[in-house]
Amino acid sequence: MWIVGVIIGVVVVLLIISIIYIYNKLIRDRNRVDNAWHQIDVQLKKRYDLIPNLVETVKGYAAHESKVFENVTKARNMGINAQGVGEQAQAENMISGALKSLFAVAENYPDLKANQNFLMLQEELSGVESKIAYARQFYNDSVMSYDTDRQRFPANMIAGMFSSTFMDKEYFEIEVEAERAAPKVEF
Amino acid sequence: MATTTFYEEISKNKWKSALLVSVFIALIVGLGFIVGYLLGSWEWAIIGLIIATVIATIMAFLSYYNSDKIAMATAGARQVTREEYPYYVNTVEGLSIAAGLPPPRTYIIDTPAMNAFATGRDPEHSAVAVTSGLLEQCNRLELEGVLAHEMSHIKNYDIRLMCMVVVLVGMVVIFAEVMLRMFIFGGGRGRRDSGMGGEAGGWVALVMIILGLLFLILSPLIAQLLQLSISRKREYLADANSAMLTRYPEGLASALEKLTVKAKPFNRASKATAHLFIVQPFRKEAKQKASGKSSMWDTHPPIDKRVERLRAMSGLEGMYNQAQMEARLSGESP
Repeated sequence: MWIVGVIIGVVVVLLIISIIYIYNKLIRDRNRVDNAWHQIDVQLKKRYDLIPNLVETVKGYAAHESKVFENVTKARNMGINAQGVGEQAQAENMISGALKSLFAVAENYPDLKANQNFLMLQEELSGVESKIAYARQFYNDSVMSYDTDRQRFPANMIAGMFSSTFMDKEYFEIEVEAERAAPKVEF
Repeated sequence: MATTTFYEEISKNKWKSALLVSVFIALIVGLGFIVGYLLGSWEWAIIGLIIATVIATIMAFLSYYNSDKIAMATAGARQVTREEYPYYVNTVEGLSIAAGLPPPRTYIIDTPAMNAFATGRDPEHSAVAVTSGLLEQCNRLELEGVLAHEMSHIKNYDIRLMCMVVVLVGMVVIFAEVMLRMFIFGGGRGRRDSGMGGEAGGWVALVMIILGLLFLILSPLIAQLLQLSISRKREYLADANSAMLTRYPEGLASALEKLTVKAKPFNRASKATAHLFIVQPFRKEAKQKASGKSSMWDTHPPIDKRVERLRAMSGLEGMYNQAQMEARLSGESP
């Protein structure tokens, strides 16, 4: 009789150990997703910090292009005050668009284009721009591996048991149709 | 799943690193024992054993903590800051975000040759180096491809394995060579006075001498082969992971082609560090491409095969997030 007891005991212990293991793995996955989301915010903040400097530098050479500066500043404020993912994404797209036209204007001022400070800011901004894209990519990759781990058997049972801990995470998608249809860049 | 393979590769590589160190320590200790025996008697063998163990342990620790600095120093690389090379540093930082790793330190090697490598003991203590030739001749997408390849080496812990190989293989080669010379020129003197007389003792001694010599001659060869077999497979894997990171296999493919066409030998790479680089620094890649053959002594697979595999990946539908690609492309720097 005691053999049955031992077997049941071993099975229960193994079960508990595997539940702990799977739970911790899911927690790790979830934290990676949260961290990835935070990474996007870090890069967005860097972009907000760079914009005033850029505007000041360009103003020194092209003071009368006030419309462009206004657009950039307005888009930046929208981004800082944005509520929710959708609004945020919209504001970010506005910033990207406004910056594009700012750089297009700068093309007309050879002195500005030769300015070391301007070149540095331009490089920094395009760097931040690609970092934002990479941060979003990493976020989506993290969500994908979180989902995969969550949906696999038997982890799906544990995820179901703790459904308030292992909530669904949204993929980051670019909503604006214009950005989807962006033209091919030749190189 | 891309991420799953990453984690499998990482634990595999950690095991390999540990195994590698154990094998090398055993090799060195064995060498010490045999040399000690050949030099004199069992007492000498014990002394040799102790000395070899101490040396092996110290070297293993040194290689673990300093291999990145050693590799950078032998390659003649200097560390650069964001202020000096914003374009390069930004690209590295962007890719480290994509890979979910802390950004590695950035180094430059001043030479017109085109090459790159990564080193370090883990992602927290990692570094990448590119030649100034590569920076000048590659556009942003190609540079991203190359750096993403290096980032994959970092993420997979290839860098730890490779760096340990550099130091440990170097050590075995030097050790065996020194011992061989000592044996040929000065060895064997003590044996006449050793306490092992008689028929049986003579046979044992003879077998030990033959085994010892064999071991001494073969060990550098074994070490070299081990080094080669480790690195070739890793290159294909890092290429594939690079494509996953940039979502643009064509970038690395066209960079590799540039490296082939404009191949210049890079002389600062020594035999010990050759396998760290993205393309083989010595052998003319063009020649290799023409013959289409790879030899047992190549540290890297032929470039045309690598390009072929990358181009095959470009056909994969749904691998790109087109909008995100465009966002990165629009940041194309002059």
